[in-house]
Amino acid sequence: MGRLFDFMLPENKSPLTADSTDLLFNFINETSLVIFLGVIFAMTYFAIRYRRKSEDDKTPLITHNNTLEITWSVIPLLLTFVVFGLGYSGWLNLKTVPNDAYEIQVTGFKWSWNINYENGAQTINEIHVPKGVPIKLVMTSSDVLHSFFVPEYRVKHDVIPNRYTYVWFQPEETGESQIFCTEYCGSSHSNMLAKVIVHEPEDFQTWLDENAGGPTGSPIEQGQQLVTLQGCQACHSVDGTEIIGPSFKGIWNRERKLADGNTIIIDENYIRESILYPGEKIAEGYQNVMSPYEGRINDEEITKIIEYLKTID
Amino acid sequence: MASLSKTENTAQITPKKLKVKRFVPLENPINTYLTDEKGIWAWLTTVDHKKIGLMYLGAVAFFFALAGFLAIALRTELWTPAKTFIEADTYNQLFTLHGAMMVFFVLVPSIPAALGNFILPMQLGAKDVAFPRLNLASFYIYAFGAIFTFLSLANNGFDTGWTFYTPYSSDTNSAGIIWVTLGVFILGFSSILTGTNFITTIHKLRAPGISWDRLPLNVWALYATSIIQVLATPVLAITILLLAMENILDIGIFDPALGGDPVLYQHFFWFYSHPAVYIMIVPGFGIISEVITTFSKKTIFGYWAIALSSLAIAFIGFLVWGHHMFTSGQSAVATTIFSFLTFLVGIPTGIKIFNWVATLYRGSISMKTPMLYVFIFIFLFSIGGFTGIMLGALSVDIHLHDTYYVVAHFHYVMMGGTLIALLAGLHYWWPKMTGKMYNEPLAKTAAIFIFIGFNVTFLPQFIMGAQGMPRRYYNYIDQFTPFHQTSTIGSYILAVGFLVILFYLVHSLIKGQKAGPNPWNSRGLEWQSNSPPDFHNFSHTPVVIHGPYDYHQPMEEFQLGLAVDHEYGDEQDKVAAEAHASSATETTEA
Repeated sequence: MGRLFDFMLPENKSPLTADSTDLLFNFINETSLVIFLGVIFAMTYFAIRYRRKSEDDKTPLITHNNTLEITWSVIPLLLTFVVFGLGYSGWLNLKTVPNDAYEIQVTGFKWSWNINYENGAQTINEIHVPKGVPIKLVMTSSDVLHSFFVPEYRVKHDVIPNRYTYVWFQPEETGESQIFCTEYCGSSHSNMLAKVIVHEPEDFQTWLDENAGGPTGSPIEQGQQLVTLQGCQACHSVDGTEIIGPSFKGIWNRERKLADGNTIIIDENYIRESILYPGEKIAEGYQNVMSPYEGRINDEEITKIIEYLKTID
Repeated sequence: MASLSKTENTAQITPKKLKVKRFVPLENPINTYLTDEKGIWAWLTTVDHKKIGLMYLGAVAFFFALAGFLAIALRTELWTPAKTFIEADTYNQLFTLHGAMMVFFVLVPSIPAALGNFILPMQLGAKDVAFPRLNLASFYIYAFGAIFTFLSLANNGFDTGWTFYTPYSSDTNSAGIIWVTLGVFILGFSSILTGTNFITTIHKLRAPGISWDRLPLNVWALYATSIIQVLATPVLAITILLLAMENILDIGIFDPALGGDPVLYQHFFWFYSHPAVYIMIVPGFGIISEVITTFSKKTIFGYWAIALSSLAIAFIGFLVWGHHMFTSGQSAVATTIFSFLTFLVGIPTGIKIFNWVATLYRGSISMKTPMLYVFIFIFLFSIGGFTGIMLGALSVDIHLHDTYYVVAHFHYVMMGGTLIALLAGLHYWWPKMTGKMYNEPLAKTAAIFIFIGFNVTFLPQFIMGAQGMPRRYYNYIDQFTPFHQTSTIGSYILAVGFLVILFYLVHSLIKGQKAGPNPWNSRGLEWQSNSPPDFHNFSHTPVVIHGPYDYHQPMEEFQLGLAVDHEYGDEQDKVAAEAHASSATETTEA
């Protein structure tokens, strides 16, 4: 505790995954600092002590010294073996998920994180977890590469389409921790933020029970929840603000000019097409950046979303 | 001596040793390579390695200024979270352009193609590179590749980052990405041809007496670099071709939507791009060795350690690409091996640093501008090296990967290393290239501005990276604001330094004092010519009887040559010269 380079690191909220990393971070920094200062000191001392006094200065012929060469090759080599070993063991620990870990499914897409729990509960950009329990996130992407990073847990892994990857951690205090996307994924890469929210185990259970089964209520209410859970609002506002895509406010039955010059009326079929195959009809003045929802959403859900969109004025 | 038995007529020649004449370079040469052929057409069609080197230097300086200007724009945008003055999409295109231009148009060709082209044949005592026309072709291929990159800007641009990771790069329906990858594809050939040219030149065009153990370390470094260029660049070409096939023909190679594998792309990409890091830095090592000996007036410490460590870096450098992919989902065994090998490549680099510092011991150290840059290099590059060890350590890299820590690390290596070495070399050889001396106090002031500006820019990035600030972020959370603002201020100081350099270098061309042939009293062969050199570099065939760093030998013995007046004469002369050089060595050593 209280090592020299701790100031560079964020708070450690998952000691089981972070401790060995922090230790090694400090070890490398401290060792490097000693060698670095040695080199800089020697260099500066020589520059002053042996500064040129006249253009006729004679210098001795020193071509090499095997003892020195071997010393400054072997000592760093041994040091790097230590660093490799420590890094390797810490990494094995990060790769080895405890058997009793609690599993949560995470899907990354441009530009949100969709979270699924065992009982059908869903959240967007918020991962609710219990304190003091190992958590395993099983992650995949539905479009391009993303990367899941929680600095306070020292965990990170790329999130890859058509493949599952995972991270694990065990938060030891309640509160929130920042999640970043660290693999560049387009316009809103830097807004693809999320939070881990750590509850006391009993509070977590209550939260989970309350949200069981996903969206509830009337079709319109369910549609509203789906718009949130599917991350639509990262690009489409409901209050008329222009973000990356057109706002949802008051779009129903309006005319829309398309990028190809045609004009259409926004109806059920246009909305359905725009969700499943967004590249087909681009609204004028917008980029074709939305990823297709084909395979990620079913017709029943689309119908509910349409019902909700009709109501936004 | 072994070479004597090769030719039949050697036996007849050996007894009549040719006399070697002393050639003192002229103080005020009238005919130089600059006066030899004049006019824009003569420059554009020249096969003179010196002019081609200068044209590369101009192109590199142009792209550096452009990419540096983009960097200032990026840093200014990051003054506040969210929008400061440009939109997210513009920001994403600008950082991509900054990275791609700096890597492909500045760092890769900077030292080998610009300074190397000028200096390498002179250090070997040759009249030109082995294939002068191919050398000119390389330059035009480079220019052609650059034009394609600008065409991509006219076609929606590209915002993928310089790494072009799939599937983002294949999903993004921007024509720009096809143009720029085509540009990089073309550019690669320039690099391959320059490498081939240098390897041949080093093998075949060494002046009489330049045995492998008398090869300047700059030549060893360029030799190692050329090997990497020739072996690694084709892989980039293939990767880009596959990417283009996927984009244009919808063949699934990297895109999971088409049944491809995005991690495969990363393997292909880094198989070139990691060795490319050594293409960028190893030539810098060569410059440091030249400058540090000249300004300490002393033999290099550990000649073979430095020469061979360049080759070691070149070879091990091929086996560490996977350390860019510790979080990518590559196999666990691969990850472990890549981490281990990464540390091994750090060792030869450390050896170099220790040998350079040891060279200073009991030297006669003159802190002229080039030497000042060497000290700055050792300071900054060491930090780059140590933070590289940090990133090679598996568990720590998981935390630091794709954060500003990585950004700071590679700027310390690439800018603190390669570009500072380039500046050292530029200031060192400027009097040779132009015949003019720059303003020394101004040059030192600029160096200090750059040193301070650089650290103010990039040191805070280590801290915010370790705190968790991801790279390639247009927006950021408030806690990082002070670090970003410090960094932005630093980038302005840095820019001032570069403007000062631009000013006094241009000024020296117009009003600079005559430098004279050898202002630093170097023993290097390139300094035993006129400044600027004449078209054929030397008016004679130089004969070398000492190593390039033998400061314990008098200058006269470095100014020897055969008077054969621009031509090698017949083969007999050449052999005779070798015979003399070898025997002269023996007498010197005896």
